Amino acid sequence: MKVLVAVKRVIDPNVKVRVKADESGVETANVKMAMNPFDEIGVEEAIRMREAGTADEVVAVSIGAQQVQETIRTALAMGADRGIHVNTDETIQPLAAAKLLKAVIEKEQPQVVILGKQAVDDDAGQTGQMLAALLGWSQATFASKIALGDGEAEVTREIDGGLEVIKAKLPMVVTTDLRLNEPRYASLPNIMKAKKKPIEEMTPADLGVDPAPRLTLVKVVEPPKRHAGIIVETVAELVDKLKNEAKVI
Amino acid sequence: MTMELGEDYPEIREAVARICENFPGEYWRRLDAESAYPDEFVATLTREGWLAALIPAEFGGSGLPLRAAAVILETIHASGCNAGACHAQMYVMGTLLRHGSKSQKERYLPAIAAGDLRLQAFGVTEPSTGSDTTQIKTRAVRDGDHFIVDGQKLWTSRALQSDLMLLLARTTPADEITKRGNGLTVFLVDLTEAVGKGLEIRPIDAMINHNTTEIFMDQLKIPADSVVGEEGNGFWHILDGMNAERILIAAEALGDARWFTAKAASYATEREVFGRPIGANQGIQFPIARAHAETEAADLMARKAAALFDAGKHCGAEANMAKMLASEAAWHAGDSCFQTFGGFAFAREYDIERKWRETRLFQTAPISTNMILAYIGQHVLGIPRSY
Ligand SMILES: Cc1cc2nc3c(=O)[nH]c(=O)nc-3n(C[C@H](O)[C@H](O)[C@H](O)COP(=O)(O)OP(=O)(O)OC[C@H]3O[C@@H](n4cnc5c(N)ncnc54)[C@H](O)[C@@H]3O)c2cc1C
Ligand SMILES: Cc1cc2nc3c(=O)[nH]c(=O)nc-3n(C[C@H](O)[C@H](O)[C@H](O)COP(=O)(O)OP(=O)(O)OC[C@H]3O[C@@H](n4cnc5c(N)ncnc54)[C@H](O)[C@@H]3O)c2cc1C
Repeated sequence: MKVLVAVKRVIDPNVKVRVKADESGVETANVKMAMNPFDEIGVEEAIRMREAGTADEVVAVSIGAQQVQETIRTALAMGADRGIHVNTDETIQPLAAAKLLKAVIEKEQPQVVILGKQAVDDDAGQTGQMLAALLGWSQATFASKIALGDGEAEVTREIDGGLEVIKAKLPMVVTTDLRLNEPRYASLPNIMKAKKKPIEEMTPADLGVDPAPRLTLVKVVEPPKRHAGIIVETVAELVDKLKNEAKVI
Repeated sequence: MTMELGEDYPEIREAVARICENFPGEYWRRLDAESAYPDEFVATLTREGWLAALIPAEFGGSGLPLRAAAVILETIHASGCNAGACHAQMYVMGTLLRHGSKSQKERYLPAIAAGDLRLQAFGVTEPSTGSDTTQIKTRAVRDGDHFIVDGQKLWTSRALQSDLMLLLARTTPADEITKRGNGLTVFLVDLTEAVGKGLEIRPIDAMINHNTTEIFMDQLKIPADSVVGEEGNGFWHILDGMNAERILIAAEALGDARWFTAKAASYATEREVFGRPIGANQGIQFPIARAHAETEAADLMARKAAALFDAGKHCGAEANMAKMLASEAAWHAGDSCFQTFGGFAFAREYDIERKWRETRLFQTAPISTNMILAYIGQHVLGIPRSY
């Protein structure tokens, strides 16, 4: 069985993001990039499936400019078997990503497709759901546990206030939540091996998909600065301020 | 011969930085306070193959050039961590690799690569001879198929965390040798055998958490087949390894310098007193900028030295200069960072005082600045010798 994982290159979550002066987006020049943490969890889960013998091949797919190959290499260094790079300089919105992934999936025919529940750059949280809908496959989002069975999978989902366990037929789309697993490091020997693993390149045109954005980004602004607090003298003063200034009680 | 500029080995930088993220300042501060060994950090680097980077693939390592090892160590230091607890596991084996017998290599290198055997202690320095390495007094006298060793070593780092130690000892009395440097021999001492049977290790309470020790040898009996390379040529055997060590130490100093400068630049930008960022004052800005320029210059020299080393060419002058320039760039970067942080630099939670203490070492060990200047003056420029 083949598992396909989507990996997105995002600004390293440890970097303090700066908004561009013209409010058209955030600064990415000379900024440290990394694999979306939820996708790392996806790669880890796929490798564990292969190690457990339930999967026999793990394919990592990324969409974007030339540099996303570095992110694919990271997935290969963690243990994925081969990579697919959909090469485009276009800004990719969730629907375009879902369409491109669908086209790749139709060629590759995996039984399980794993995505992050969201990417930490735009936090859209839509690609997995859109992909499942376009494919007409089952979907299990926010997974904290995946148990693969014969032609089906039992997935534990993190939902508000608890967990939900669902069972669905393969093929299916799964999106990862934080507690699914703890991703491994890319070891030096595996980094060396990854250099020899193949990355297949294709373009949106090859896949017959127009990736142009459907939504217009109006502007990106910094969150408002927090103002310093004040110290009130008495409880009565606090109640008064909450009632008359903040008007919350 | 080629020398890459910019971020060479990006995949190595990324992977090593990733590990370091899980070993933040508080981890190092706790160990520092307890003078404890960073077991978990070292175990992680070992398990993920980083300490075997330089061991050839045929012996189970990754067979990478010295430059790659430099990038690994620079990244560790630039991430706020310290590689002093385990860097020697990467390079002490170089002497064994270059000068050891086939059977020694086959016996030890695969286990060192796997991390099952630790060879990260290197006993050269002695209390009474210091920098004058060729005059060391520790004696090894042949006795049948053994040697009997007597003497003392000082500042032998990680001896308590090592299974094997590379030991430099005198096998020909100083007054019988014809050429300075001759008469010394390298031994591979099995510490697990030797401790308590003629060898004693005592930790030294030092300014930095470097797990350094003094070693006393009294009628220590070691098998004759523990000689590495040729008897009497030990000093010449370790010279190559010393160049590698200097290049790698330069990389660590460069990492420190980059850590200090990044920290200083960001604090100088954020901290406001007198109504504006302190970095807008050139008294704060310029020392940081100057330290950055020095770091970049030292980085070039370190890359040149590594390129020469990896091409198998002479690199003594470059390795020495790289170590000196990098240790000084780190010191200046540390000082400007210290000054930028005002009183906060003294608060341990910022890690500046810890890194500052740590980076001071590089001007003294493994070779002190004066000895490098003497090397340049005497060997490169041909000026009369001081010794
Ligand atoms: C934390 C730490 C870890 C260490 N780890 C190891 C280790 O693992 N293995 C090991 O073998 N050693 C180790 N050392 C020892 C280190 O290599 C020596 O401290 C260093 O080589 C200097 O030797 P010394 O301390 O005896 O100083 P000395 O040789 O006594 O020198 C003192 C000062 O005099 C200067 N000087 C000496 N001769 C001259 C001259 N001719 N001209 C001008 N100036 C001169 C020196 O430059 C120095 O500044 C370590 C040291 C430290 C502090
Ligand atoms: C061990 C210790 C004991 C102390 N004891 C006391 C005490 O008993 N009582 C007390 O009140 N305080 C005490 N202090 C505080 C000390 O006086 C301050 O740390 C010091 O005045 C610097 O202030 P700061 O740390 O806020 O640095 P900042 O004011 O933030 O300055 C940071 C850096 O910016 C530089 N800078 C700021 N403005 C300019 C400018 N316009 N031009 C150029 N450079 C500029 C400063 O020189 C400094 O290098 C102590 C500090 C320490 C570390």
